[in-house]
Amino acid sequence: MNSFYGPLENPAADAGYVQPPPRKGFFTDTSVCIGCKACEVACKEWNGVPDDGFNLLGMSFDNTGELGANTWRHVAFIEQAPPAAREPVERGPVDIGMPGARPPGAASGAETRQDFRWLMSSDVCKHCTHAGCLDVCPTGALFRTEFGTVVVQQDICNGCGYCVSGCPYGVIDRREDDGRAWKCTLCYDRLRDGQEPACAKACPTDSIQFGDLDELRARAAARLDDLHADGVGEARLYGESPDDGVGGDGAFFLLLDEPEVYGLPPDPHVPTRDAGRMWAAAGLAGLSLVAGAVAAFVGGRR
Amino acid sequence: MGSNMAEAHPVGFQWVIEAKKRGARIIHVDPRFTRTSALAHQYVSLRAGSDVVFLGGVINYILSNNKDFREYVAAYTNASYLVSPEFQDTDDLEGLFSGYDPDTASYDMTSWQYQGAEEATGEPGQSSSEAKEQATGLQHESGGPPLHGPTHPPSDPSLQDPNCVFQLLKRHFARYTPERVEEICGVSQREFLEVCEAWTANSGRERTTAVVYAVGWTQHTLGVQFIRASAIIQLLLGNMGRPGGGIMAMRGHASIQGSTDIPTLFNLLPGYLPMPSASTHKDLETFVDAIVGDKQKGFWAHADAYTVSLLKEYWGAAATAENDYCYDYLPRLTGDHGTYRTVMDMVDGKVSGYFLLGQNPAVGSAHGKLQRLGMANLDWLVVRDLAMIESATFWKDSPEVETGEIVPAECRTEVFFFPAAAHTEKEGTFTQTQRLLQWREKATSPKGDQRSELWFFYHLGRRLKERLAGSDDPRDRPIQDLNWNYEVHGDEPDAESVLKAISGYDVRTGEQLSAYTELKADGSTACGCWIYSGVHADGVNQAARREPKSDHEWGWAWPADRRILYNRASADPEGRPWSERKKYVWWDEEKGEWTGKDVPDFEKTKPPSYRAPEGAVGVDALQGDDPFIMQADGKGWLFAPSGLQDGPLPTHYEPHESPFGNALYRQAANPTRKVYGRTDNPSDPSPPEPGSEVFPFVLTTSRLTEHHTAGGMSRTLPYLAELQPALTVEVSPALAAERGLEHLGWATVVTSRAAIEARVLVTERMRPLRVLDRVVHQVWLPYHWGSAGLVTGDSTNDLFGVALDPNVLIQETKVATCDVRPGRRPRGPELLEFVREYRTRAGITVETGTHVQTGGPAHVEEGER
Repeated sequence: MNSFYGPLENPAADAGYVQPPPRKGFFTDTSVCIGCKACEVACKEWNGVPDDGFNLLGMSFDNTGELGANTWRHVAFIEQAPPAAREPVERGPVDIGMPGARPPGAASGAETRQDFRWLMSSDVCKHCTHAGCLDVCPTGALFRTEFGTVVVQQDICNGCGYCVSGCPYGVIDRREDDGRAWKCTLCYDRLRDGQEPACAKACPTDSIQFGDLDELRARAAARLDDLHADGVGEARLYGESPDDGVGGDGAFFLLLDEPEVYGLPPDPHVPTRDAGRMWAAAGLAGLSLVAGAVAAFVGGRR
Repeated sequence: MGSNMAEAHPVGFQWVIEAKKRGARIIHVDPRFTRTSALAHQYVSLRAGSDVVFLGGVINYILSNNKDFREYVAAYTNASYLVSPEFQDTDDLEGLFSGYDPDTASYDMTSWQYQGAEEATGEPGQSSSEAKEQATGLQHESGGPPLHGPTHPPSDPSLQDPNCVFQLLKRHFARYTPERVEEICGVSQREFLEVCEAWTANSGRERTTAVVYAVGWTQHTLGVQFIRASAIIQLLLGNMGRPGGGIMAMRGHASIQGSTDIPTLFNLLPGYLPMPSASTHKDLETFVDAIVGDKQKGFWAHADAYTVSLLKEYWGAAATAENDYCYDYLPRLTGDHGTYRTVMDMVDGKVSGYFLLGQNPAVGSAHGKLQRLGMANLDWLVVRDLAMIESATFWKDSPEVETGEIVPAECRTEVFFFPAAAHTEKEGTFTQTQRLLQWREKATSPKGDQRSELWFFYHLGRRLKERLAGSDDPRDRPIQDLNWNYEVHGDEPDAESVLKAISGYDVRTGEQLSAYTELKADGSTACGCWIYSGVHADGVNQAARREPKSDHEWGWAWPADRRILYNRASADPEGRPWSERKKYVWWDEEKGEWTGKDVPDFEKTKPPSYRAPEGAVGVDALQGDDPFIMQADGKGWLFAPSGLQDGPLPTHYEPHESPFGNALYRQAANPTRKVYGRTDNPSDPSPPEPGSEVFPFVLTTSRLTEHHTAGGMSRTLPYLAELQPALTVEVSPALAAERGLEHLGWATVVTSRAAIEARVLVTERMRPLRVLDRVVHQVWLPYHWGSAGLVTGDSTNDLFGVALDPNVLIQETKVATCDVRPGRRPRGPELLEFVREYRTRAGITVETGTHVQTGGPAHVEEGER
């Protein structure tokens, strides 16, 4: 029986693979991302993903917008003041650096301008330990691979779209023309040939690192320590913890600000987290109905 | 500085990231906050074109605080050499050096020479105005220009003589203070001093600092002097010839280094041998003598061997000692034959045919309209490219068709389009910025009619030879005698057989040469490019070596597989490493030879203690502590007594178009810059000329990672086109407010040449600067768009005119002035009227901007007044 929530040592084994290979994943270190978008291009070239339209979005250098059926890697660009220059806030709203939310830098002039930073981050499907999309897929089109990743079988998908609402990150998406759901496969075909995914291969600065998840987690922890030692106190990991709401991500990140700033949910959880409680409640409700009915009949005999 | 490496060279930038991870501090100085700035520890914004003030400020900081690496400076630079007492500096002449001639806007360099050389330079030679026309500065890329006079110039090792280079340097840069940097560059003194402190603290025995630049430095009327200023700093701090040091030029495309080494330039032969000049290089002997200089040191002394071997490779058996090895077959320069002069000659009907190979001047070159009007006035035009680019379709869809200046039915130019093979579809080498040749295999075969460049030229040559085989016209002899024997597979020439000819061989035995030191001047060796000699040593394609993580088994670096040039300087004068940490090449006393981690850039067995005997010249004259072996005096040049058209020391001049006068001198812009005073090449006025307020903003342009130069390789591809789908103009929030520009709305950018429209990006990455007590706005645009491809837009390069650096004839496309207004530009003939109205309002005439000497005569082409 597949587990739905909580830490899970080996999702592939949990899905029934006997002696699967080590779980594979991505560690995206956004502190060295240069926003070149080579990952977006390499992904599309390898996987034959169509273009997503020629639209100037004005969101800094981001003209892709978000992950979707036709964008499996997405580089976000955030123009903002660095943490030291920001007003200290208790626990208020997070400045997500969106152009248009206010006239960007309306107060900036030749003298008043403060320090400035430009965050870049390549987002991708998280290949969750507990994948909401997979758990709700009624056709079995979505499946757990032997590498612990989550892949859509396009010849089985019937376009029901349950997975779209099941994903806590808003990653998986249906293509308008054929209605089927599409997302990153972590280059399943390349993995089976012993190659790294196209995006990681193309990344010039090793911002996208591919490998065994255990090793990536160790590498990320070391990198985090280095950055903290260098005074980059705002560096943090996102999605690496098996204790989070999806049991940890197969693709996790090193961020330099709150996740919301990058368009990532601060506290994602898989919908099936509540399945047990919901089934229990439903069962209880059913039982009480049955009990009521039985009581009615039994009582009626009196 | 002058480089947006993360965006324009993302693959190379991985090594900057690697260095950063290992503790290197990254500083980025640029007019605009870029993806490079985002990854740097410190970002400094400065006004485009003010780089000499910034760098001169650093030089002044070093000299006034005694931060120079004195042992290195005293031993390895020309700091101690005495300059002629006739020399007068810019301080005395309002921004000019001695020897200036206002009529030709060029210098007589006699007074810049070392003492004892003044008379020697009086020999018949090329006049400096002619040298400027022929951009002779380009000829010094693999080593310095020739010197005349004594082999060992008089010197003062204590560096105290008022005429010694060190003292001249001190006086020259004394006015480049932190206060002036703040006023002129718009950089705060605090930021500037942080850079000075970081740069000097990270240089010396134990540490080295590297400088990276790109076309942000070169594409200026003063570009060569920007680079010179950084070279002075790197020499003063001992950062040349040492690991982790140097000055790295990021090149504009794959193998641009290769296309200057084996040049596509009008004034060079392979290996930086000059193209002969009609007026001075009468025969082989005078040609070689002019390169060698007289009684000078160094490896240029063997220019005869390099030249004769090249001629033997070109003309094989036909080249003999009796006929000067066919020296007379070489073309001769009679003046400026550069790309911009050629385009104007096209407009003037003096050129009948034009080849464009991997080049899209309709979009990529300055003054797009001039380019297109020139191409519309040819008999024929050959375009070889991957896609149908604007330079092949200008006759039917250019902006001039819209304005009525080109009428498709009447355009006389016949365009031949040849589909070209991409780099993945052919084999050959790329030479990258560090002089490394890397062999590239063919991954897939070209489709349809697509063919390689090599195929095109091989068969063009073959057909020309066939066509001219029966001719008895002497002018056809160079082609009849051409040595044109390459291996051919099917109809495709073998690239490696070309590489073998470039590497060089013994004419009698056919054996491959192992190094340029084996080249002979007696016709017994042939070599297509002397600096590449040895790339096919031992019959092995050395450029194809691919041993990962090895120092010397990856590719092949010219010359002689040397990875760091002038690496003798990594050891002290006695031949010991400056420090254990920076150990690189050193003298092994026991073995009596130079050794280390690289191929020593020095005669292997010449000891550090070697002193040249009286009367020695050439290589023998190089002392044991003369590390700069291609320089005529063996030293690194803080002061350039020869070779630069615009002065022996970098001096700040404003750009050709600037909202400001020169705050340091009366002379406003580079007094030797190349201008073309023509009505079809107007300039925006700059102070002290009236009318500069009509174009109040500083315009600068560059690339985006997502597109490649003129867009032929990126706007045609959906995966790249979608990433940057439209031409944008970046403005600061303050300028947007001032001019009523809306984020994602339209803006029109105007200069005296053109008006183009772009979508507005309001961003804090653009920053207003306080310069000379007023706020100035900088405006940035990428230049990738044109009328063809999946995403189209106006061409940014239409905004620029033609004003060139005098040393290398590079156009100033990194800075100009402009106006910006909200909304789209007018259409059709109204557009011409719109721009004309601007010119009228600014009072622009054909003379505007052509008073090269401020207050001096106008330089206007004949028939233009």
